[in-house]
Amino acid sequence: MPEGLLIKGGRVLDPASNLDEICDVFIKEGKVRKIARNINLSYSELIDASDKIVIPGLIDMHVHLREPGREDEETIESGSRAAARGGFTTVCCMPNTDPPIDDPSLVKFIYEQAKNKGAVEILPIATISRRREGKELSPMGRLKKAGAIAFSDDGSWVTNSALMRRALEYVKMLNLPIISHCEDESLSAEGVMNEGYFSTVNGLAGIPREAEEVAIFRDLALAKMTDSSLHLAHVSTANSVRLIKKAKNMGIKVTAEVTPHHLTISDEGVTDFNTNTKVNPPFRGKEDIELLKESLRDNTIDVIATDHAPHTVEEKEKDYEEAPFGIIGLETALSLVLREVVEKKILSLMQAIAKLTVNPARILGIDRGEIREGVKANITIFDPGKVWLVREEEFLSQSSNSPFLGWKLPGKVEWTIIGGKVVYRSEK
Amino acid sequence: MNFNRKDLLGIESLSREEILFILETAKSFREVIDRPIKKVPTLRGKTVVNLFFESSTRTRMSFELAEKRLSADILNFSVSTSSSTKGETLLDTARNILAMKVDCFVLRHSTPGTPHLLAKELPVSIINAGDGAHEHPTQALLDLYTIREKKGKIEGLKIVIVGDISHSRVARSNIWGMCKLGAKVRVCGPPTLIPPLIEKMGVEVFYSLEDALTGADIVMMLRIQKERQNEGFLPSNSEYIDFFSLNEEKLNLAQPDVLVMHPGPVNRGVELPARIADGEKSIILDQVTNGVAVRMAVLYILLAKR
Repeated sequence: MPEGLLIKGGRVLDPASNLDEICDVFIKEGKVRKIARNINLSYSELIDASDKIVIPGLIDMHVHLREPGREDEETIESGSRAAARGGFTTVCCMPNTDPPIDDPSLVKFIYEQAKNKGAVEILPIATISRRREGKELSPMGRLKKAGAIAFSDDGSWVTNSALMRRALEYVKMLNLPIISHCEDESLSAEGVMNEGYFSTVNGLAGIPREAEEVAIFRDLALAKMTDSSLHLAHVSTANSVRLIKKAKNMGIKVTAEVTPHHLTISDEGVTDFNTNTKVNPPFRGKEDIELLKESLRDNTIDVIATDHAPHTVEEKEKDYEEAPFGIIGLETALSLVLREVVEKKILSLMQAIAKLTVNPARILGIDRGEIREGVKANITIFDPGKVWLVREEEFLSQSSNSPFLGWKLPGKVEWTIIGGKVVYRSEK
Repeated sequence: MNFNRKDLLGIESLSREEILFILETAKSFREVIDRPIKKVPTLRGKTVVNLFFESSTRTRMSFELAEKRLSADILNFSVSTSSSTKGETLLDTARNILAMKVDCFVLRHSTPGTPHLLAKELPVSIINAGDGAHEHPTQALLDLYTIREKKGKIEGLKIVIVGDISHSRVARSNIWGMCKLGAKVRVCGPPTLIPPLIEKMGVEVFYSLEDALTGADIVMMLRIQKERQNEGFLPSNSEYIDFFSLNEEKLNLAQPDVLVMHPGPVNRGVELPARIADGEKSIILDQVTNGVAVRMAVLYILLAKR
């Protein structure tokens, strides 16, 4: 009885080894065993990947799975199925749940749910502060022992500078990154969209770019002071990029991510008051988008992450001020990257895939994001030539709050494979 | 001229021709409201719902009178606080009323974009009676009507809008309308109450009331809310009065035939003294009268053919 999965004739692309060739990949016992042309081994399962692109399973270091607490918006089960449809094999879930993930038992709960119901690998991020209140440190050491992959109070900035300093110091003995959601809430205040011409025209309160930049500046100063590793979530402004670039040049250990949606839509897109354009940080100006893209090219920004943030129809049907911030992103991410970054020749396909695979893996210190003989066979296969329509009823996420509904996007994930097992197969 | 819109959501999206069409139509209704019998059967059998989620006296009475004089049936729905405290969303409220078969909603709401939300989801006409700081199109139309009536034109006039521009839907709708009709619009107020990049809407920004008033044909004073002091926009209301309240001395810098407007309600002694509000240069009450005619025109244009 032969065993193994053979992926035949695809264009195999692995940023870590700089491999870009039409060849076969043979998987057995959950691991990649051989990468070569015309592999002639017996197999139990065959995938014909001709005209498709075979890449390492995508990694999203910023998602909200809403469990525990808001299972009406998303669950570990539904969110991970959405991840699989988007080609993601590993996702890191943010701890701003109810209760927040500030205790080892909660980290274990997420692993338990993931094991029983998860379609992809789920790595929990734990809070920086107890109850996510920004007052005292969470039990970071124990949280790491329970399996936390990073620390973040995402959704809120740690406004207390002394606490943030201690957090950055403390994680040095744990070798885990701190992920900061940079937002000075005294500046963002009641704002619901980017502050600028379009907030003026709409009569909506604005969130100035400086709400992010002021916070980034402080966090960079503290990262320098503590010589600790800082990762900046969802960077959205041109001056944030300039600050990060300067910090990297100074040797500060900072990494940063941008979302696909911030690369795609500007604040002009808010003029029809569609609440699926309400997101934090808000859609910025065209000039911000330009510099964000440039920063991908010069590696000021290391990672593309979705900040997948599900909300129910009932919540998003409210008016623009009342509706919650956040949009889903797992199922459109790869296509948006292809559209905005690859087709527009900002990055090569190889460089773009690195931002979604090996780069986040290295920041998180996990043995993922590569196709190499001997590694766990987490692989995504997509059809670069297929254009698809984003339809509400096709989302596997429990929510459908996407500003891209009705858009036609390039590149369709066909197979998502984890440990040699197909966890997602597109319908035709 | 074909006015092919289901709704009146704002002035921004209207063409110059559409604005002029409404203003011309309003002229014939202006004549109706001076008659001894001020009622025409135009909208007999149509039902208009006045959906007011924010307190309003003038605008609501003006719409109500306009509807009555066109012989429409009227439903009034007013809540000072949002009905979402009862768990019902705006859209749900509107859908429920629509199920009783009505033809038009006149919506006043504190959040920008709410009339647009209803307009997108409902098959009946929506008239924006003020959505947050976004637009108040019928106010701008009645202001434009009044300026034309008094000055005979709008093109080329120097118009100054003074006060809390940031929070003013009246300012925004008027800026769009006045610019489309060729006026030179100046906005004036403390920098904390001037929203970013408003110049791109086609106006000139002034922080000095004296400079702004120099050579003006029209000055429109906006209501200043007392809360702005606590919200940190102003050091104090009395300091605001020192710098931005109108008086005869400042008004003398304008054209001799300058006219003074105010969308109401006036804080007498704050935006302007009673002497000026009631004086010969004031056309504040003309604005109110014309408001009824302009709203009759809007209702007629949107509803008569449907």
